[in-house]
Amino acid sequence: MTPSNTRGLKLAGKDTSAAGAAKTGPRPMPGATFARNPGTALDLDRVLAVRVNRSAVERRAATIPTRRTVKKQWQAAWLLRAVTLIDLTTLSGDDTPGNVRRLCAKAMHPLRDDLEHLLGVESLGVKCGAVCVYHTLVPTAVETLEGSGIPVAAVSTGFPAGLSPLSTRITEVKESVAAGAGEIDIVITRGHVLTGNWDALYDEVRAFREACGDAHMKAILGTGDLATLTNVARASMVAMMAGADFIKTSTGKEGVNATLPVSLVMVRMIREYFEQTGYPVGYKPAGGIRSAKNALEYLYLMKEELGERWARPDLFRFGASGLLTDIERQVEYFATGRYAAAYRQPMV
Amino acid sequence: MATTIPEIFESLDYGPAPESDKPALEWLARHKATFGHHINGAFTKPKGATISVVNPATGAELAKVVQGSRADVDLAVTAARKALVEWQALGTHGRARHLYALARMVQRHSRLLAVLESLDNGKSIRETRDLDIPLVARHFYHHAGWAQLLETEFPGYTGAGVVGQIIPWNFPLLMLAWKIAPALAAGCTVVLKPAEFTPLTALAFAELANEAGIPKGVINIITGDGSTGAALVDHPGVDKLAFTGSTDVGRIIRKATAGSGKKLSLELGGKSPFIVFDDADLDSVVEGVVDAIWFNQGQVCCAGSRLLVHEGIAERLFEKLRARMERLRVGAPLDKAVDMGAIVAPVQLERIRSLVEQGRKEGADMWQPSWAVPKDGCFYPPTLFTKVAPSSTIAQVEIFGPVLVSMTFRTPAEAVALANNTPFGLAASIWSENINLALDIAPKVKAGVVWINCTNLFDAAAGFGGYRESGYGREGGREGMWEYLKRQQPRVVGSRYLGRKAKSSTAVAPASGLAVDRTAKLYIGGKQVRPDGGYSLRILGANGKPLGEVGEGNRKDVRNAVEAAQAAASSWSRTTGHARAQILYYIAENLAARRAEFAARLTALTGGDGGGEVDATVTRLFTYASWADKWDGAVHHTPVRGVTLAMNEPLGVIGVAAPDAHPLLGFVSVVAPAIAAGNAVIAVPSERHPLAVTDFYQVLDTSDLPGGVVNIVTGRKDELAKVLAEHDDVAAIWYWGSQAGVKMCELASCGNMKQTWCEDSAARPRAWADAADGEGREFLRHATQVKNIWIPYGE
Repeated sequence: MTPSNTRGLKLAGKDTSAAGAAKTGPRPMPGATFARNPGTALDLDRVLAVRVNRSAVERRAATIPTRRTVKKQWQAAWLLRAVTLIDLTTLSGDDTPGNVRRLCAKAMHPLRDDLEHLLGVESLGVKCGAVCVYHTLVPTAVETLEGSGIPVAAVSTGFPAGLSPLSTRITEVKESVAAGAGEIDIVITRGHVLTGNWDALYDEVRAFREACGDAHMKAILGTGDLATLTNVARASMVAMMAGADFIKTSTGKEGVNATLPVSLVMVRMIREYFEQTGYPVGYKPAGGIRSAKNALEYLYLMKEELGERWARPDLFRFGASGLLTDIERQVEYFATGRYAAAYRQPMV
Repeated sequence: MATTIPEIFESLDYGPAPESDKPALEWLARHKATFGHHINGAFTKPKGATISVVNPATGAELAKVVQGSRADVDLAVTAARKALVEWQALGTHGRARHLYALARMVQRHSRLLAVLESLDNGKSIRETRDLDIPLVARHFYHHAGWAQLLETEFPGYTGAGVVGQIIPWNFPLLMLAWKIAPALAAGCTVVLKPAEFTPLTALAFAELANEAGIPKGVINIITGDGSTGAALVDHPGVDKLAFTGSTDVGRIIRKATAGSGKKLSLELGGKSPFIVFDDADLDSVVEGVVDAIWFNQGQVCCAGSRLLVHEGIAERLFEKLRARMERLRVGAPLDKAVDMGAIVAPVQLERIRSLVEQGRKEGADMWQPSWAVPKDGCFYPPTLFTKVAPSSTIAQVEIFGPVLVSMTFRTPAEAVALANNTPFGLAASIWSENINLALDIAPKVKAGVVWINCTNLFDAAAGFGGYRESGYGREGGREGMWEYLKRQQPRVVGSRYLGRKAKSSTAVAPASGLAVDRTAKLYIGGKQVRPDGGYSLRILGANGKPLGEVGEGNRKDVRNAVEAAQAAASSWSRTTGHARAQILYYIAENLAARRAEFAARLTALTGGDGGGEVDATVTRLFTYASWADKWDGAVHHTPVRGVTLAMNEPLGVIGVAAPDAHPLLGFVSVVAPAIAAGNAVIAVPSERHPLAVTDFYQVLDTSDLPGGVVNIVTGRKDELAKVLAEHDDVAAIWYWGSQAGVKMCELASCGNMKQTWCEDSAARPRAWADAADGEGREFLRHATQVKNIWIPYGE
């Protein structure tokens, strides 16, 4: 009774994320089995032809969590998959090498051994998708994660507002890459979207992509600042045309962060871009995803709209930190039959 | 299927997620899985023949219910009749408390009802949990409000009495709520028959309502098949019938109740269009289609079952649809992660299969997803037909299954033509990001409900019901309340202008010699025409002597008049209220100018106060000139971000057989509201006194009334009324006359299920001269139907 793969979306091969050899410096995304999106020319006709009906999008988004659910071992397995998709993140003014090292340790070892044993999943080698920090902390993270296969992501380009001089922003990207970040989360100039200056947006993202070199680029749209879903859709399309490997909702610093309706719009644009160009672009919702239940809802969304292939670390990430603790609690409940307490999970 | 955690981790498969059926099965077991009727606050002892109630997902028997007999129906109607006095005496607030209690009760037992519904019907627990049951509660809340406000908001009206209600199997408890809530709010008591496939939630509801303190006999549930329903329809103790179901059965009920005086509302079938323009948000359209035709397995009367798509984007949309269909999940209805459950019964599954087979044979392309539905139980996969011709069977008949047929159009006008190319008119869905286009199409589509960029939205505050053969009457909102109300019988004041000798107006004798001959003709399409048959009828004056002759119209004259009315109706309906008002004032002005002549004529005809009748007629024309730009619709408070417009739309072409009393005033009293509301009419004037009306067409002629808006065919009233009532291109028949004529019109209306407003003038003489009885909102309500247009907004 279950549909298998997505018609029309043919992506080769399976994820081999656990096997990645660890080196310092830029490296390919784990398990990538497809060519990176090189971007296309800016096609304004396509950008402006985008139509988004907000009320209809909200209705669909509202039923994604009510049409699907997973229970028992299915829920446990899905939650373990979710762990592998987390960009475990700290982006605070008071970050120091000490708390970043703690974060990295958690990313490498997200589940207690006894839990892994109870679930019989030791062989899966579950670990987080990446660790995401500010530039200054990149060397600490790279050093701590050495040999783990977990990439370091750096937020960049004047994060979170992205309003410093373009040359400064480009230099910042280059320096983070040089410091060993394998993934760069850039922020776009939201004003370009609000004023319909698509050329400027395209040029800016293009420049960031060039500065990234081999490092993968996630384009943060700051959807909470973009005012309309149509703007979100158009900005998504321009960012992909400009060569984004991922499009990402938010910095976590806007008033509204990732939501299911915004995600639905962005994911549909990813599908549209894939159908037009054959290049898959990844999706990263960030900010406000704190519960295991909420994480599952995003996985239903990805599986339903794009297929299971888009729920693997090379095409999907959660930007989160507290989420991991809630997933641990839910998994422990499944393993032991007792509701779990947060203080019994090793701290992030 | 992957079942270990490492396997599932890799595949990300869905697993089983069953909702427990235990509490529902325990409820059945408490009743030993056998139910009598629920009459007068208690279950009757089951006896006689029973019906097996089956879970369509498994084929297992859930329970047995009784096959209701005529005696059972009689028992239930008697209980409802007995309860009526106490229920009405309870008053508005007293009844509001009960409706509120029912709403709360539904919420308290929501999961039991949701699970029971899913078991019985086969629909998914997601739908019963998230849609059916919450809407049931909402309906009782909303109508608790109408119960409270009844006296102030519906002055002069009272409950229709004992109501018989027959509901279908597709939304068993929701249809019960749609029927029972407004009935109770209006002060009626009910006898409701659920469908024989799905009686269980109705029985559970009755039991719970009893516990919630509803007075005995107010809600009675009888189970059984169509013969039980027929007994309820036939029962003389029923004042009003409400039916939701197929058009075929609706037709049978219309026939069975013709001439009985029972109020009737029918919510029948549909083949609703789902129109997609090339500027729509296509990904959202795809989800709209899912909600339109793969909701409740497509077993929805208002399902968007005909996809009409702009030719330029059709292939792209079909490709997106196929991808989406591939991801739908069909399976155990109690699984919380399925999109579609089971078809209600094997007989329905068979009907779907055979219609799909016929569609393939007739040359359309069929597509189904690659996966298979469960073999056991009544399951059918989502199905898409492309390259469907409007002439093919699957494009015309209601399949009532998860089968979508699609056609393409080139222009908005062609989309409208395709949309309206059906005998039905229940609902329509319009998808475009261009508000100008969407709001232009909405009034052009013949449907009682129009959803713009959405579909299958329901709410207690908005009316639901059809145009054409999708039935008449509305459920929900203020418009729905009228179906359960009747006017308190006004004091009959007699015929004010008849039989009173007028002081001054006696027949005017010609001054000298022979008067110039004056031949009354028919008035069709704005022209005076001779009757097709070439015969005339002699008309006698009040003194018993011949006063003149009128043409004897026949069926061909009626045919021609309907064609003329059809030609005029469309542009007249679009004429502004202001312009219609001006014309009505002008008619009044021109009539007033000829007061003496008409007064003399009327007195000669009736022997009454002709001058008084002319003055009253001028007043009446003023009334409807006043109303022409004031018969406003409403904006309903539905729980969406948007507006739900309740628009009063004209019916189109109305056939009118005018009352005999007050030949001119009576004629204008029924014709003026019809045209004020934007209809075109074919009117048959008083058979006894038609000469005042044949004079009147000269007034119409000089008053800028477009030709064809009012057509007058004189002759034998019942003969002509029958032709009008049978005519498929007439939307409504209004008749004032004999009991036999009422019955004849109601029977003959079955062909296209036209609306009827037929009164036995002997049993219910109208005081035409009285504004309270002879004019006003009641007339305008009959002259219009409410179209609810849902317009969600937000960028």
